[in-house]
Amino acid sequence: MTATRRDFLKIAAAAGGGLLLGFNWTESEAATTAVVDAAGAAAVPGVDFNSYLSISPQGLITILSPNPEVGQGIKTAFPIIVAEELDADWTKVIVEQAPLDTKKFERQVAGGSGSIPHSWQRLRKAGATARQMLTEAAAKRWNVPIAECTTDKGYVLHTASNRKLSYGELATEASKLTVPADVTLKDPKEFKLIGTTIKNVDNPKIITGKPQFGLDFYREGMLFAMIQRPAFGYKLKSVDAAAAKAMPGIVNVVTYDNNVAVVGKSTWQVKKAKDALKIEWEKADNLESTTDHNRLFKELLDSKEATVRRKDGDVDAAFKSAAKVVSAEFQCPFLPHSPLEPMNFFAHVRPDGVELVGPTQTPELARNETAKLLGISPDKVTVQLTRMGGGFGRRLKADYVIEAVQVSKLVNAPVKLIWTREDDMTGGSYRPAVRYRFDAALDAQGNLIGYKLRGVGINSGNSTREDNFPAGAVENLLIDSVEHKSPITTGAWRAPITNFLAFAEQSFLDEVAQAAGKDPVQFRLDLLNKAKQKPTGAIKYDIDRMRGVIELAAQKAEWGKKKGVSQGFSVYFSHRSYVAQIGEVVMKQGKPVLQKVYAAADCGVVINQSGARQQVTGCIVDGIGHAMYGNLTFKEGVPDQKNYDTYRLIRLSEIPQVEVHFVENTIDPTGLGEPALPPAGAAVANAIFKATGKRLRNQPFVEEDVFKGVS
Amino acid sequence: MSQFKLKINGRDYQADVDPDTPLLWVLRDNFGLVGTKYGCGIAQCGACTVHLNGEAVRSCVLPVSAIGTGKVTTIEGLSKDGTHPVQQAWNEVDVPQCGYCQAGQIMTAAALLKRTPKPTTEQIDATMTGNICRCGTYHRIREAVKVASTKGVK
Repeated sequence: MTATRRDFLKIAAAAGGGLLLGFNWTESEAATTAVVDAAGAAAVPGVDFNSYLSISPQGLITILSPNPEVGQGIKTAFPIIVAEELDADWTKVIVEQAPLDTKKFERQVAGGSGSIPHSWQRLRKAGATARQMLTEAAAKRWNVPIAECTTDKGYVLHTASNRKLSYGELATEASKLTVPADVTLKDPKEFKLIGTTIKNVDNPKIITGKPQFGLDFYREGMLFAMIQRPAFGYKLKSVDAAAAKAMPGIVNVVTYDNNVAVVGKSTWQVKKAKDALKIEWEKADNLESTTDHNRLFKELLDSKEATVRRKDGDVDAAFKSAAKVVSAEFQCPFLPHSPLEPMNFFAHVRPDGVELVGPTQTPELARNETAKLLGISPDKVTVQLTRMGGGFGRRLKADYVIEAVQVSKLVNAPVKLIWTREDDMTGGSYRPAVRYRFDAALDAQGNLIGYKLRGVGINSGNSTREDNFPAGAVENLLIDSVEHKSPITTGAWRAPITNFLAFAEQSFLDEVAQAAGKDPVQFRLDLLNKAKQKPTGAIKYDIDRMRGVIELAAQKAEWGKKKGVSQGFSVYFSHRSYVAQIGEVVMKQGKPVLQKVYAAADCGVVINQSGARQQVTGCIVDGIGHAMYGNLTFKEGVPDQKNYDTYRLIRLSEIPQVEVHFVENTIDPTGLGEPALPPAGAAVANAIFKATGKRLRNQPFVEEDVFKGVS
Repeated sequence: MSQFKLKINGRDYQADVDPDTPLLWVLRDNFGLVGTKYGCGIAQCGACTVHLNGEAVRSCVLPVSAIGTGKVTTIEGLSKDGTHPVQQAWNEVDVPQCGYCQAGQIMTAAALLKRTPKPTTEQIDATMTGNICRCGTYHRIREAVKVASTKGVK
C-alpha cells in the first residue's frame, strides 16, 4: 500500500494567513500512507506551511492535525474546522497526526488553551480554499457559472440541472486551477459540522488498545533506560553500580551530570537494577521542608521587597477612609502533574542526526534543546508526535527528552527512556506552592473602594494575574508579588497560577460580599457595572461576556431560589474563555457533601459539543479533585509522597453531578483545556461556607477542620 | 531467567523472563501487547487491568510465575474488532479524553458486567472507583457502563 504517484500539483500562498495547500494523489485508497510520506518529504519549496489536506480520487480526505494531542481533543477539533469549510463528508475524513514541521505549521504546541484561537482562521481558510477550487472545477466541467454551484458533504451540486460530482472526481482538475487569492468563509450560521456532537477520532484505537502512546513505541534493537536523579538540593557523591551491572539484561550503567542511568533490555530488568544502585548523595543547596515554606510564606507576606504588578489610585488613603476592612490569607501546596502516562521518550542519536519519538506538548522545544545539547542544526532532528496520556503542563518541558538524548548518545544506541510513577511524582516541575493575602476596603455603603493582593510563592514567578477581575472595577488597587527561589523545581501546571489564584480570589470576594451585606452574584455584577461605567486603568477582560456567564449560571442553577441546598458562586476569566460555576452542597450527618456543579462557559463558537462538554466537565473534576485532595509535601528536599498510595487523586465515587451550559454566540472560538478549572475550587468552598459557616482557606480541603474525619 | 508458557487471548505465548517480572511488562515488552498500560506499578490506578480466568486483576503486581495455566485476556482480546458491548458503549458515550486509562477502565467494567449484568449505580461506583482517570471522564465512564449493561455482556 504505497503511493504510486506523488505529485504536489498546487502549492501556493493564499492571502491573509499565508496558507499553503497541497493536494496529494494516489491511485489506491492508501491516502494515509501516501500523505504521511508526502508530509515527510521535502517536495515543497521553502514557504511557510500552515495547513495540509489531501483528497484522493476515491474521495477520501486526509487531514493532518499538526498540534500535539494530550487529551484536549485537538486531533478531533482541528479537522472538524477544516472539514466544515470544505463541506466534507465527515465519514470520509481520515485524521493523521503530523510530525513536527516548522516549515509547514505554526505553533505546534499543546498549551495555554491556545491551539483553537491560534489556528481557527488558518484551518478555515485551508478548507474554504479547497472547496472553492473544487467548485470552480465542477463549474468548468459543466460549463455553468460558479455562482450556480453549491457544495454539500463531499459533492459539488448544480441544482438547476440536477447534476453532482464528488470531490474525489474533481480533485485532479481542481488542483490545476489557480489557487484563489482570497476566499469567502462561511457565516457561522451556515455551519453544519461545527457545533455538532462528534466523537474522538481515536476512539477505535483507544477502545481496542492499539499502540499510540509514547510508552507504546518499540523499535527493533531499542534499549530501555531509567535514571536515578538527585532529590532537590542534592548532588551525586558516589555510585556503586557493580550489583546493578551484574543483573540479567543490564547493558550499561552510565553517569552524567548528577544522574545515574541504567540501560538494559527490558523495562522490568532496568527497574530492578535501578533499585539495586548504591548511590551516595551529598548536600549541594538548601534542603527545604514544607515547614520551612510555611514559615517563609509569613515572612514574605510582610516583605518590603515585593514587585509591584499593578497600582491604581491611592490604596493607603482608601484603607484609611474605609468603614470596614476585610482581610484573608489562602495557601496551596505543591502539586505534581500526575499524567497517567509517566514521562518517557524515544531517542536515537546517530552520526547523521537524531530521531525523537514520544509524548511532548512542545515538540519544537524538544528539537531545539536537542540540537543545542549536541551542537547540531535543528534540521538534523526529527520529532514524531505520539498521543499523550495526559500532560497538564508537565510535557511543556523537554527535560525528559533531553535525558533520552543524553543516554542514547552515551550508549550509542536507540533508547526509550522511562520514568516510573515514583520518578514522575518526585521529579519536580511542580505547581508552585503559593500563599496569598487579600485586603479589601469597604465604604459605609458597602462599596469596594480599595483592594490589595500580595502573592508569595516558591519558584512561582509572578503569582498574581494583576489585570484580572476585579482590577478595573476598583479605584484604588495594589497587586504585588514576592518569589522565593528554591531548589525544588516548578513549572506550568494546567491553568498556571490561576489554578489556585482563582480559588483564593473568588473565595475572598465571597467574604467581601458577605461583609458588604450583598448577594455574592449581585456583588460581582455591581463591580462589573462599575468597570463598565467608570473603569479604572486597563481592563483586559470583556465585561459583557463575564456578565453573560454569571447570568447564565445563576439562571440555570436557580441561584438563591433553591431550598435544601447551599449554593456557592465563582466566576473566572482565563486563557481567553469565561466560566462561571455554582456549587451545591448539602449536609449529610453533619458533614458537607458536594452534590452538583453548574457551569456556564463562553468560549465563543463551540467546535464540538462532545469534546467541549467533556473538557469543561473534566476541568471541574480536576479542579475539585486537586482542591480537595492534592498535596505534595517535603522533608529536607525529598517529597513525602511518591505514588498514588500516599498521593490522593479524585476517583469516580467522589464526583458531583456536573451540568454544563455554553453561551451561544458566533465569536471566534477560544480554548477549553484550562478555563473551567480555575473557578471550581471556589464554587465548592463558597457553597461549603454557606452550608457550614466555615471558610476554607487552604488546600487541600480534606485537611481543613470542616472535612476532618470525613473520608 | 525462566521459560513461561502463557495463554493470552486464546493464543499461546512463550517468554524467557525473570520469574518476578510483572505480567504487565511481559505483555508489553515481550509480546507487544501494549494496550495494557503502566500507570503506577503498585495496583493503585487500574491502568494495567486485565482478566485472569475472567476476573479483573492488576497486571503490574502479578508476577508472571503466578499465572500458571490461567487464561489471560487483555484489551486486545476482549473482542476481535472492538465490538464487545463495553467497547461499543465507550465509543457511543465518547468516553476518552487522552485515552490512556481507558483500556483498564474497559477491562474493569467488562469483568463487572460479566459478574453483575445489571449493576446499580452504587455497584458501578464501587467497582469503577478503583480506576483512576486523570482527565476526569468519570461521568462518562459511569454512563458507558450503564449503556453497556443494556447490550448484554457475556
